[in-house]
Amino acid sequence: MRERGNGLGGGFAVYGIYPEYEDVYALHAMYMSGGARKATEECLGKNFRILFEEEIPTEEAEVWDPPLVRRYFVEPRSSETSEDEAVADEYVVKSVIKINAKMERAFVFSSGKNMGIFKGVGFPEAVAEYYRLQEYQGYMWICHGRFPTNTPGWWGGAQPFGLLDWSVAHNGELSSYGANRRYLEMCGYNCTMQTDTEVLAYALDLLVRRHGIPPEFVAKILAPPFWTEISHMEHARRCLLTAMRQTYGSLLMNGPFSIVVGHKDGMMGLTDRIKLRPLTAALKGEFFYLSSEEAAIRVVSPDLERVWNPAGGEIVMSRLRDPRILKIPVITTRAVRM
Amino acid sequence: MKSHLLPEFLLERDEGRCTKCRICIEQCTYDAHYYDEDRDAVRSRNENCVNCQRCVVFCPAQAITVRGNPNAYRRNDNWTQEAIAAVKQQAETGSIILTGMGCDKPNLTYWDNLLLNASQVTNPSIDPLREPIELRTCLGGKPDRLELEFSQGGVVLQTRLAPQLELETPILFAAMSYGAINLNVQEALARAAAECGTFFNCGEGGLHPSLYKYGDHVIVQVASGRFGVHRKYLNVGAAIEIKIGQGAKPGIGGHLSGEKVSEEIAKTRMIPAGTDALSPAPHHDIYSIEDLRQLIHALKEATNYLKPIAVKIAAVHNSAAIASGMARADADIIVIDGVRGSTGAAPRIIRDNVGIPIEPALASVDQRLRDEGTRNKVSIIASGGIRNSADVVKAIALGADAVYIGTAALVALGCTLCQKCYTGRCPWGIATTDPEISKRIDPKIASRRLTNLIQSWSLEIREMMGGMGINSIESLRGNRLQLRGVRLTETELQVLGVKMAGM
Repeated sequence: MRERGNGLGGGFAVYGIYPEYEDVYALHAMYMSGGARKATEECLGKNFRILFEEEIPTEEAEVWDPPLVRRYFVEPRSSETSEDEAVADEYVVKSVIKINAKMERAFVFSSGKNMGIFKGVGFPEAVAEYYRLQEYQGYMWICHGRFPTNTPGWWGGAQPFGLLDWSVAHNGELSSYGANRRYLEMCGYNCTMQTDTEVLAYALDLLVRRHGIPPEFVAKILAPPFWTEISHMEHARRCLLTAMRQTYGSLLMNGPFSIVVGHKDGMMGLTDRIKLRPLTAALKGEFFYLSSEEAAIRVVSPDLERVWNPAGGEIVMSRLRDPRILKIPVITTRAVRM
Repeated sequence: MKSHLLPEFLLERDEGRCTKCRICIEQCTYDAHYYDEDRDAVRSRNENCVNCQRCVVFCPAQAITVRGNPNAYRRNDNWTQEAIAAVKQQAETGSIILTGMGCDKPNLTYWDNLLLNASQVTNPSIDPLREPIELRTCLGGKPDRLELEFSQGGVVLQTRLAPQLELETPILFAAMSYGAINLNVQEALARAAAECGTFFNCGEGGLHPSLYKYGDHVIVQVASGRFGVHRKYLNVGAAIEIKIGQGAKPGIGGHLSGEKVSEEIAKTRMIPAGTDALSPAPHHDIYSIEDLRQLIHALKEATNYLKPIAVKIAAVHNSAAIASGMARADADIIVIDGVRGSTGAAPRIIRDNVGIPIEPALASVDQRLRDEGTRNKVSIIASGGIRNSADVVKAIALGADAVYIGTAALVALGCTLCQKCYTGRCPWGIATTDPEISKRIDPKIASRRLTNLIQSWSLEIREMMGGMGINSIESLRGNRLQLRGVRLTETELQVLGVKMAGM
C-alpha cells in the first residue's frame, strides 16, 4: 500500500471507538513542547469539564519524531451549551479553532464524539502500528497516505483532517484555495494549516452544520454543474442552483480533488466537477467502500458485488441504518497526497 | 501676445510620395494640413497637430510622418519640457490647463509588478479548447447564507436574492455620456454590450430614446447634474449607477460647454439647447453617508427594488472606509475608479495629482469589506487603468468581481490617446458631437470592433484561467495566491495582499 504515498503522512479516522464516552467530545491533542501542553491544558480546563484524560497508548513503530499525543473526554463548561447540541458544537468548534490558532506548539486534531483521528508522519501502516489501532473496534474507517507538496510533512498536516465528528481525507490540490480560504476567514474560520484539506473541512462545517444544507446539496456548491447545464434545468431547480452558485461561488472547489468525508451517520465521496482525480465506490453485502483507486478496495475485499466510478461532481453517499447496530463494516479509502 | 510655445509635433511630408490628393486635409479636424494653391502643394501647420495619427492612417501614399519636436529646452529632469510649457501656456492664457483621457505619468501602474500563476505537476492546467471555462459573473448583493426548506416534494428556496446583473464575461463598458461622445459611439457600445452579454454605462448625459431598445444592457447613471433622469430612464436600464466621483478628476464636477449642447443632446439631458451643462462637484443632496443611503433607497423605490444600485467613487486615500460605508448604505455594487481612469475633459493638474491607483485601492476595499464581513453584500467593479486581459485577471484575483473598460473600448474604435477630447474635434469621430465628424463612426462596424475586443480578451482570460487550473471565474475572485509581486516594497506587498515572487 505504499505505491502512491511517500511516508510523510499517514492517518486514520475511526468511528464507534469510544462507546463508553459516546455523549461527550473526545479531543485528541498533540504537543511539540511541554510548555504548549501546559498552556493548552489550562485553556481546556477553563472551557471544559474533563471527564477523563490520558496519553494515547502507542508502541514503537517506523514513525518520524512523534510528539506527545493525549486525549481528553470533555463537556463544555458554559451552562447554556448543556441543553442544545448545536450550541455545544459551535462552542467546541470555536474553542478548537482558537487553540489551534493561538498555541504554536500544540494542535487539537480530533474533536468528535465516539470517534477519533490518529495520524502522524510515516506510512499509514506504521501509523496504525504506532497507535495500536488493531486494539480498536469501529464501524467505519477512513485511511489516508500522504505525498505532501504544499506543506511540510508534520504530524498535524497528516490526514484525515477533523472537526467535530467530520473527517476529511483529500487528494489533489485546490487551485481555488486562495479564494476559498479568504471566504472562510470572513466566516470566522482561521485557516492555520495552509492546506486545502483544512479548507474543505471548514467549508463542510459551515454549510452543513451552520447553514443546515444537506450534504447532497453541499456537493452542488463544492462541485456545481456548469451554467450551461443549469440553464437546461426545469425552473425550480434552475433557480435553486443559480442561487447556490451566486451565493456560495467562493466555496466552489476548483482544481483536482477527490475527497472522502466521514461523519457519524455515514460516509461520502466527491470529486471535482471535471473529475481530474479518480474515485471508485463499491458494495459488498453490508459493506460500502470508497477509494481513490479500485486496487485499494480489492486488497481489502477482492470479491465485490458492485464497483463503479461516480461522475465528476456527483456525490456518493452511504448512510448507516443505525450507527448503534454495529455491523462493523470495514470501510477504507486509500488516498494519496494532500 | 506672441506665443512662446513650441509646437509639440512636426508633420513631415514625403514630397516624392505625396499625390496631393488632399485626403489629409479632409481628415484633419484641426486644420494641420492645408493646400497651398500658389505652390500647388500640401503644407502643414505644425502648431495645430495633436499627433492623433488620423492623417497618417488615411494617407493612401503613406507620405506623412508625425514626429515629436526635436527642438527642446535644455535638458532638466526637474523642469521638464511639460512643466516649462505649462507655465508658458498659463502665462499666456491665465487659465486652467485642460486635458483628456487618463493620467499619463509613469510609475503609477502596479499591474506590471504583478505576475500570474500557472499549474505545474501538482495540479493540472485545463485546456480551454477542450474543457469549459466559465466567465459568467453575477453582480449584485448576495446573502450570507441560503435558507432552504425541505418538504416531501423536494427543496424550496426560501431566500430571495437581490437583483443581479448577469455578465457572460467580467468586462463592462465604462460610463461615457452622450455629449462627451456622440450617439454613434454610444450605439456601438450598446450593440456590442448586447452581443457580448454585458453592459454599457450611458454616463450622466441621459439615454437617447433610440437606445432604449438596448435597455437590458444599459446601466443608467445618476450624477450630480441629474441630467436626463426621469422615471422611464431609471426603469429602462438594467441597473442604476450613482456617480459620486471619477478617477480622472476626483472631487470636481463636469462641464459640457454650450456649443456642444445640440438639440438632441439638450433633449436627452433635459436642458435648453446651447446652455452649458454643469455637473456640480458634489451631489447637493449628498453631504454624508446617510444622504447616500437615502438616495440609494429612493432609486430602489423608484424602480420597485428590481434593479441593482451601483455607486461609483474615485479611488482616494480612504476608499476602503468609504466603501465600507457604501456597503452599509445598501449599495449593491461598488465601483472604484483609479487615478489612471479617463475623462473627456479635466484640469490636467487634477488628473495627474489627485487620487490613487486602482490596484491598492481595490485591494484595500476588498480586504476591508471582508474584515467587516460585508463583502457578500456588494459586488466590486474595478475601473481606471485596465489595458488588457491580464489586467482583468489580475484585478479579479485582487478582489474585483468585474472591470469597466473605457479607454480600451475607445482605442478599439480608433482613439490614439492624443488627449484632446475636450476640444470636441476628435478626428476619429469619437469625442465629438459634430454631426459631420461623428459620421466617421459607423455603429455597425464600430460594434464589431468592440465585440472582437471583448471576444479576444475573453479567450485570453480563459487561457490564463485554464493555466491556473481554474475553470470558473468565481474561483479566481479574490484569489491573491494566484498573484506574486516583483519590484515592490514590503508595504506595497502588504497593501496589495500578495507575496513576493519566489515566496
